[in-house]
Amino acid sequence: MNCKCKKCGASFSSKLALALYSFFSLCCINSFAQNCNKRLSIQVIDLHDGTPLENATVQTNGLKGATDFDGNLIFENLCEDTYVLTISHEDCESMVQTVDIKKDTFRKIRLEHHLNELEEIMVISDNRNNSRTLFENKISKEVLDDYNSRTIGDVLKTVTGVSTLNSGSYLSKPVINGLHSSRVILINNGVRLEDQDWGIEHAPSIDINSIDKISIIKGASALKYAGDALGGVIIADTSREKLLDSIHGNITTSLQSNGRGGGVSTNYTKTNSNGWHYKFQGTFKKMGDHETPDYIMTNTGFYEQNLSFKAGLNRIDHGFNVYYSFFSNRLGILRSSHAHTAIDVINSIEDEVPNVIEDFSYDIKIPSQKISHHLIKVRGFKNFDFGKLSMRYDFQSNDRKEYDIRRGGRNNPALDLNLQTHSIALDLESKFDNSSNLKSGILARYQKNFPDPATGVKRIIPDYKKYDFSLYSVYDKSFSNNWFFEAGIRYDFSHIDAYKYYRTSLWEARNYDELFPEFVVEDLGLNTLTNPKFTYNNISTNLGTRYSIDKSQNLYFNYSISSRKPNPSELFSEGLHHSSARIEIGDLSFTSEVGHNFSLTYNVANEKSNLTINSFANYVDDFIYIIPVDLMPTIAGVFPYWEYKQDDAKLFGFDLKYDRQYFTNFFVGHQISIIKGYERDNDKPLINMPPVNLKNQISYSIPEMNNLNLSLESEYVFRQNEYPNNNFEVFIPTENIYSTLDTSTPPGAYHLLNFASSIGFKSENGGNYKINLRIENLLNNLYKNYLNRLRYFTHEMGRNIMLSVSCSY
Amino acid sequence: MKIFKYALLAIPFLYFSCDDDNDTPEPINEEEVITTMTVTLVNHMNGDDVITMQTQDLDGDGPNEPVITVSGPLTAGTSYSGSIQWLNEMEDPAEDITEEILEEDDEHQVFFSASGVGMEFVYMDFDGDGNPLGTQFVLAPLGAGSGSVTITLIHEPTKPNDGLDTAGGEIDIQTTFSVTVQ
Repeated sequence: MNCKCKKCGASFSSKLALALYSFFSLCCINSFAQNCNKRLSIQVIDLHDGTPLENATVQTNGLKGATDFDGNLIFENLCEDTYVLTISHEDCESMVQTVDIKKDTFRKIRLEHHLNELEEIMVISDNRNNSRTLFENKISKEVLDDYNSRTIGDVLKTVTGVSTLNSGSYLSKPVINGLHSSRVILINNGVRLEDQDWGIEHAPSIDINSIDKISIIKGASALKYAGDALGGVIIADTSREKLLDSIHGNITTSLQSNGRGGGVSTNYTKTNSNGWHYKFQGTFKKMGDHETPDYIMTNTGFYEQNLSFKAGLNRIDHGFNVYYSFFSNRLGILRSSHAHTAIDVINSIEDEVPNVIEDFSYDIKIPSQKISHHLIKVRGFKNFDFGKLSMRYDFQSNDRKEYDIRRGGRNNPALDLNLQTHSIALDLESKFDNSSNLKSGILARYQKNFPDPATGVKRIIPDYKKYDFSLYSVYDKSFSNNWFFEAGIRYDFSHIDAYKYYRTSLWEARNYDELFPEFVVEDLGLNTLTNPKFTYNNISTNLGTRYSIDKSQNLYFNYSISSRKPNPSELFSEGLHHSSARIEIGDLSFTSEVGHNFSLTYNVANEKSNLTINSFANYVDDFIYIIPVDLMPTIAGVFPYWEYKQDDAKLFGFDLKYDRQYFTNFFVGHQISIIKGYERDNDKPLINMPPVNLKNQISYSIPEMNNLNLSLESEYVFRQNEYPNNNFEVFIPTENIYSTLDTSTPPGAYHLLNFASSIGFKSENGGNYKINLRIENLLNNLYKNYLNRLRYFTHEMGRNIMLSVSCSY
Repeated sequence: MKIFKYALLAIPFLYFSCDDDNDTPEPINEEEVITTMTVTLVNHMNGDDVITMQTQDLDGDGPNEPVITVSGPLTAGTSYSGSIQWLNEMEDPAEDITEEILEEDDEHQVFFSASGVGMEFVYMDFDGDGNPLGTQFVLAPLGAGSGSVTITLIHEPTKPNDGLDTAGGEIDIQTTFSVTVQ
C-alpha cells in the first residue's frame, strides 16, 4: 500500500520506533488503538459557478467513491489521520487535497474548469449525466457521432459563434467570431499545430476520430497556449486514462451518399491500475466526387489515412507519455476552379455552373493536394510541494504538395513545402490554497521551412528559420462564492531569418530597395536574392472575472490584449499563386497586429433550460487582411491582384444560445450569431465576415426504445449585405468589350434542413452498438456559400445521407 | 524522475540540431514560363513585306506590364503566311517553348480573332488527330481600317471545338495587338 501521509515523515524524523508504529498504524492499516469512527463528508462543486458535480470520483487510501446528484459523497469509519484525496471528474483537471481528520469533517472541493469556454464537445462521453447540461451533452454526443465521417471544421461549426471558411467541400478552416487562420490556434494533444500560416486552403491536420474532446477557450486560460490567438484556441485532446485494469475499443464504419464513399476507424485502449496504458487508433476514409443537386463537382474526391499511438505511465503524482500521430490525405481540387484568367472567372460567375463537369469518378486527378503531417510528443509531469511541474518536447513535420496542370509532361508538384518544428516547454501549476492557482511556463521553439526548388515554379513561401521564445503566467482566485478572477500575461519573442528571391521589378516597385537595402544579398538581374530578418517582441495580457448572481445565473467579463506577429505569407507572398488563380503580394513593412477584445457573457441555467448570451467588441490595431485591389496584365492574361493590407479594424457581435427541455424527452434549441467587421478609418466592411446565422433544432428521445433519438435542425444563413466592393472592369479582347469582374457580391440567403437520428443496442457479450443516421441538406437545395472560396465556380453539396455503425467493447 | 533527466539531456541536442549551416537557397529555374510571343507575317505577294507582332513580359508575374509591338501596317487585298514562336527569356539562353507545344500538339490550340477590321484566319497545321493547332496560319485582311487582332494559346482545350468560347482549357497566353490595314 502506498503511504503518503505527512505524519509518517514527521514521526520518522523524530523517533524511529514511533515512526514505524505510526507508519503501520496511522497510514496503512486502520487497526487497533485507533479511533476509527470519523466521518468525512465531501461536496464537489464547479469552481466557477458553484454547481454540484455528479460522478466525480474521490480516492483515498484504498477507498473510492463517486459523488451523487448533489455532488455529495460520505466516507464513514475513518481513523484520526491525514488523508490524501484524489478528486477527478471527466470534465475537470484532477486534483489532490490533504485532509486532517480529527473529528467529523465536511470539505467542499472546487474543481477547476476553464473560464471562458464557448462550449465543450464531448466525443466520447463516459458516464457524465450532469443535470446542468443534460441537454447540451446529449446533443453534443449525437453531433460527434454523426460527424465521424466529416472534418473537424464541420464539428466546430456546431458551436455558436464558430463558422468555417471553406475551399470546396472538404477543406474547412474554423472562424471564431469572424477571425481565422493564424488568429485561431489549434492545439492537438497539447501541441500547437504549425501549418495554419500556410493559407486559407489548408485545413487543420487533425483526424476527428483520434480525439475524444474538443474545447474552445478564450481569455486568460488561452495564454497558456498562445498570445497571438485573437480569435481563440481550439484544444483537441484524447481522454485521460483511467487508473483501472481495462481494455476497451471501438470500431466505426461509416458510409455517405454524397461522394459515394465512407470510412473505417478503430481504436484500442489498454489501461492498468498501476498507471501504465497505451492506445492505438487508425482511420481510413475514401470519397469520390461530391455533387450538388444538379451536377457532379468533378475532381472533388479524396482519401485520408491517419494513425495515432499513445503510451505512458499515469500515476497520481507523476507520469509521462509518448504520443505519435500521422495524418495524411490526398484530395482533388475542383477541376473548374483552376480558371487561369479573370475572363474565366467572369464566365464562371455568369454561367453559375462549372465549365468542366464529367461523370462521377473516384479518381483524384490534377489539380490536387497531398498533405502529410507527423507529430511526436514526449511529456512528463511530477507533483512537488510547490506544484505540478510538466515538461514537453514535440516535433512536427508538415509536408504539403500541390499538383497543378502543367505543360511539357511535368508531373512533379508545382508547390512542395516542408515545415519542421521543434518545441520544448516547461509548465508549472501551483495551487496556493483552495481558492487560488498560478500557472506559468516557458517555451522555446525552432522552425524551418523548406520549399523544394525542384518544382520549377517560383516559391510562394520562402526558405526561413524561425526562433520563438515565450513566457507566461496566469493567476486565478475566487473570492467568496460569487466572485472569481483570472489574470494572465504572456511574452513572445520571435525572430525570423528568411532567404527569398524577389523579382527585381517588384523589389523596386514596392520601394524595398530604399526601405530595406540591408536585406539584399545579390542582384541577379531578373531576381534579387534577399535575406530579410525580423524580430518581434510581443506582450499579451488578459483580465477576466465571473460574478455569480445566484445559483443559476452567471455573468462573465473579459478584457484581453492579444499580439500577433505577421506570418510568412503576409510578409513574403509575391507573385502568381496558381492554385488560387490570383497574384498575391505581401508586405515586408508589416508590424504585429494587436487586438483589444472585450467580452461580456450572461448565462442562466436550470434543470430545464440554458440561456447564454455572449457579446464582444474586438478593436484590432494593424489588422492584416487580403483583398483584391486591382487587375494585373501578364502575358498569360489578366489576373486579379490581391494584396495584403494592414489597417485598424473593429469587429463586434453577439451570440445567443437557448436550449429548453419540454416534458421529459422533448428538446428545443435555438442559436443565432451576428458579427460585424469594419475598417476603423472609413467604416468599410471587412471581407469574408460570416453572415448572420440562425439555427433551430427540435429533438425527441425515447430512452426506453434503445435510446432512440430523433432530431431535425434548421439552419438559415442570411445574405451578407455588408461587404467591400472589389469589383473590376475587365477588357475582354475577343469581344472587344469591358465587362465587370464581380468578385465581391455575396450569394443569396439559404435555408437547410438536416435530420439526425441514433439508436443504441447492448449485445450480450458486453459490447455496445450504436447506429447513426444523418441527412444533411434534406431538401436538396441548390445554394452558394459566401465563405467558400470556390463559390465563383460551384454550388455547395446537395443532399448527403450518412450512416455509421459503431461497436464499442 | 528519470524522464526529466532524459528530457534535460535532450535540450542541448535539440539546439545543436537547430544550428544548421546558412546555405542560401538555390535559384529556381522557372522553366514553364512564357515571356515572349512573336508572330511573323509574310506577305504572299511580296516576300520582303514582313510584319512582326510581339509581346514580351520579361518579369513574368512581376509588376512590369508586357511590352507589345507591331512593326507596321498590313496591306489589304493580299494574304499573309503567319507563324508563331514562344520563348522563355527568363532562362539564359532563352528556351524555345514552341518545341514543347509542337510535341503536345493535341493538348494545345491557338485561337485568332479580330475586331474593328475584317480578317480571315485559316489554320495551316494540325495535330495527330487532324484537329487544328495554329502555330502556322494564313491571315487575310478583308478591307482597310484599324482595329485589333487577338491571339490566344489554350492549354488542354476540348478538341475539336467551335471556337474559343466553348473550348474550355486554360489560357497559356493571350495578347491583343492593335493593327492598321491600308
